[in-house]
Amino acid sequence: MDLFLDQFFNLDVMARALPFLLQGLWMTAKICAAVILLGLVGGFFLALGCLSPRRWLRWPAVVVTDFFRALPPLVLLIFVYSGLPFAGIQVSPFAAVVIAFFLNNSSYYGEVYRAGIESIPRGQWEAARSTGLTQAQTIGYVILPQAVRNVLPDLLSNTIEVVKLTSLASVVSLGELLYSANMARSLTYNASPIMLAALIYLVLLWPLVRLVSRFQRGLAA
Amino acid sequence: MSDRPMLEIAALQKRFGETEVLRDINLRVGQGELVFVIGPSGSGKSTMLRCCNRLEEPSGGAIMIDGRNICAGTTRDLNRMRLQVGMVFQGFNLYPHLSVLKNITLAQRKALKRDRAEAEAKAMEMLGRVGLAHKAQAWPAELSGGQQQRVAIARALALDPKVMLFDEPTSALDPELVGSVLKVMKDLRDEGMTMLVVSHEMGFAREAADRVVFMDGGVVVEEGTPEEVFGAPKTERARAFLSRVS
Amino acid sequence: MDRFLETFFNATVMARYLPDILHGVGVTVLLAVAIILAGVAAGLVLACLRTARLRWLNFLIICYADVGRALPPLVVILLFYFGLPNIGITLSGPMVLFVVLSATLAAFAEEIFWAGFTSLPRGQWEAGRATGLGSLQVLVWIALPQAVRLAVPPLVNRALAITKMTALGSVIGVSEILSAATTAQSFSGSASPLTLGALAYLAIFVPFVIFARWLESRFAWKKA
Ligand SMILES: Nc1ncnc2c1ncn2[C@@H]1O[C@H](COP(=O)(O)OP(=O)(O)OP(=O)(O)O)[C@@H](O)[C@H]1O
Ligand SMILES: [Mg+2]
Repeated sequence: MDLFLDQFFNLDVMARALPFLLQGLWMTAKICAAVILLGLVGGFFLALGCLSPRRWLRWPAVVVTDFFRALPPLVLLIFVYSGLPFAGIQVSPFAAVVIAFFLNNSSYYGEVYRAGIESIPRGQWEAARSTGLTQAQTIGYVILPQAVRNVLPDLLSNTIEVVKLTSLASVVSLGELLYSANMARSLTYNASPIMLAALIYLVLLWPLVRLVSRFQRGLAA
Repeated sequence: MSDRPMLEIAALQKRFGETEVLRDINLRVGQGELVFVIGPSGSGKSTMLRCCNRLEEPSGGAIMIDGRNICAGTTRDLNRMRLQVGMVFQGFNLYPHLSVLKNITLAQRKALKRDRAEAEAKAMEMLGRVGLAHKAQAWPAELSGGQQQRVAIARALALDPKVMLFDEPTSALDPELVGSVLKVMKDLRDEGMTMLVVSHEMGFAREAADRVVFMDGGVVVEEGTPEEVFGAPKTERARAFLSRVS
Repeated sequence: MDRFLETFFNATVMARYLPDILHGVGVTVLLAVAIILAGVAAGLVLACLRTARLRWLNFLIICYADVGRALPPLVVILLFYFGLPNIGITLSGPMVLFVVLSATLAAFAEEIFWAGFTSLPRGQWEAGRATGLGSLQVLVWIALPQAVRLAVPPLVNRALAITKMTALGSVIGVSEILSAATTAQSFSGSASPLTLGALAYLAIFVPFVIFARWLESRFAWKKA
């Protein structure tokens, strides 16, 4: 038991690692901000594409969505990070992470939006169009506000996934939270820094996870 | 007919936390009798019915079915006891993932341990009784409300209950579908089933009920033949209620 | 253009490393199947236990499901892989990957099945109990079939997301597709093995994605 505590909850080691981890957390926050913002925007356009009545828009959008849903994000990241330099395109780890996860998450956010828009009854479109709104206005003023409300739990749970996803950036040596923790582990030969990182993720994400469950229960009732 | 009632409710009490929903209910339903329960919303009618097969746990008092107290006994006894008390709900509660036939055979096979052929024969017999033999293979979602409720009645009857409880069986139905369900209930009565019915169909009560019970505020306020209760209510509360609903 | 093809689609390089990648495909598929079976089964059992509404048990189940959904799997993988040996427990890379990912899937599956249970109208439980079925019988014959039906589409999506994470095995030396591809890439000095690896993943998971889409559209139809 003592051994376990010493190896996983060594307060001494944790205290020394904390400043280092907080630096990493800042990097995690920057990645999250970039990926979430870009993903929300990219997803919106992908969703519009997937729902377009024009075939030449719809098919590419669906193919792109499914392509990035099928490709593991880590594979995409490695491809961008160590594949592109072969083609003479140098990317920084940060750029690689943001590009890879932007592509990955646009698909996920896109699917969430699409489900939301499809959940709005046809009558809403017809009512809006019959009162003279254009297609864009109908989407902007009538459909999207309702759709976002319908899919808020899914948007939130996808955003949680983005935060968790950023831990993969450690694989390409980008100094985010998990990378810092793993460095600290290899310097101290002690797993406590990773435990500390786990606790930080928990503190950040547990309330959001609870909220998602609460939302789902609300919908069921 | 023996003088022992088929269903006897004695000093029944039910509390939800602080609120006392049933205060002191006493009611006897004889073999083959149809007792009709009326009362304002929130007076505890549903709660009383649900106590009769312990979907709600009574807080006090006793409920006897055919002379046996159902409030005593183990879980095994409880399940066996529930087989003797059929219940029909306002919202039908058919199982949407099972066909009509399977809806009726499920409890027969799993609770009564009847074999498949026997359960299906029984189910077809009951469907015939409610006039829906041709819908055995249909899905609940394909039936009208009146048909769904008749299937629910068949589902309860297939277990050979001694008593049938009906909780507003027709209030979720369109007016033109009400008649078909009431007809099934009337036939059931004529065949000698013991029935306790909560409903707002006063016409049906006049025609088919042996006795009418008026509940308010968790107690039985008045009790008598349909002529007595509808024709000349003795209490002010019953008078006020009846003048509002009719 | 030639240079691009030469870098990413070099046929000779691809041919040389194809066997390694195929071996990786075997490992990935095996792990994925094991993770899905174990994770879904464990999640289902947890959700069923939760319907018994025992206060302490439910508290533990909810905590487990929350933690499992909040922690990034890679964090737990590193914790297990590098931390446990220090206290005398050594699990192989594939074992760690299997344990962590199936435990993660179990947490999500529990929530999904539970959502299915709670969205059942109360009348379904009551109708079952009123016809003399025991609570276990109501669970098995009435609640479960309906909850499972509701759970299938979100469960397929979640299982897809989590089995894709078998690629994390490359970090702890599991010889699945990605690690075979990156090893080949550094030996050959060409990006073609990476392309091959990506194609292998697409071959495995695109059918999965299409299946998920089909399920979803079938559901949409039913509603209409
Ligand atoms: N599970 C419960 N928890 C708390 N209070 C309850 C519960 N079930 C019923 N009640 C309360 O008990 C009272 C009686 O309810 P009940 O459903 O028995 O009335 P009712 O006579 O059937 O009314 P209605 O005609 O509207 O169906 C109501 O005030 C209701 O709010
Ligand atoms: Mg009621």
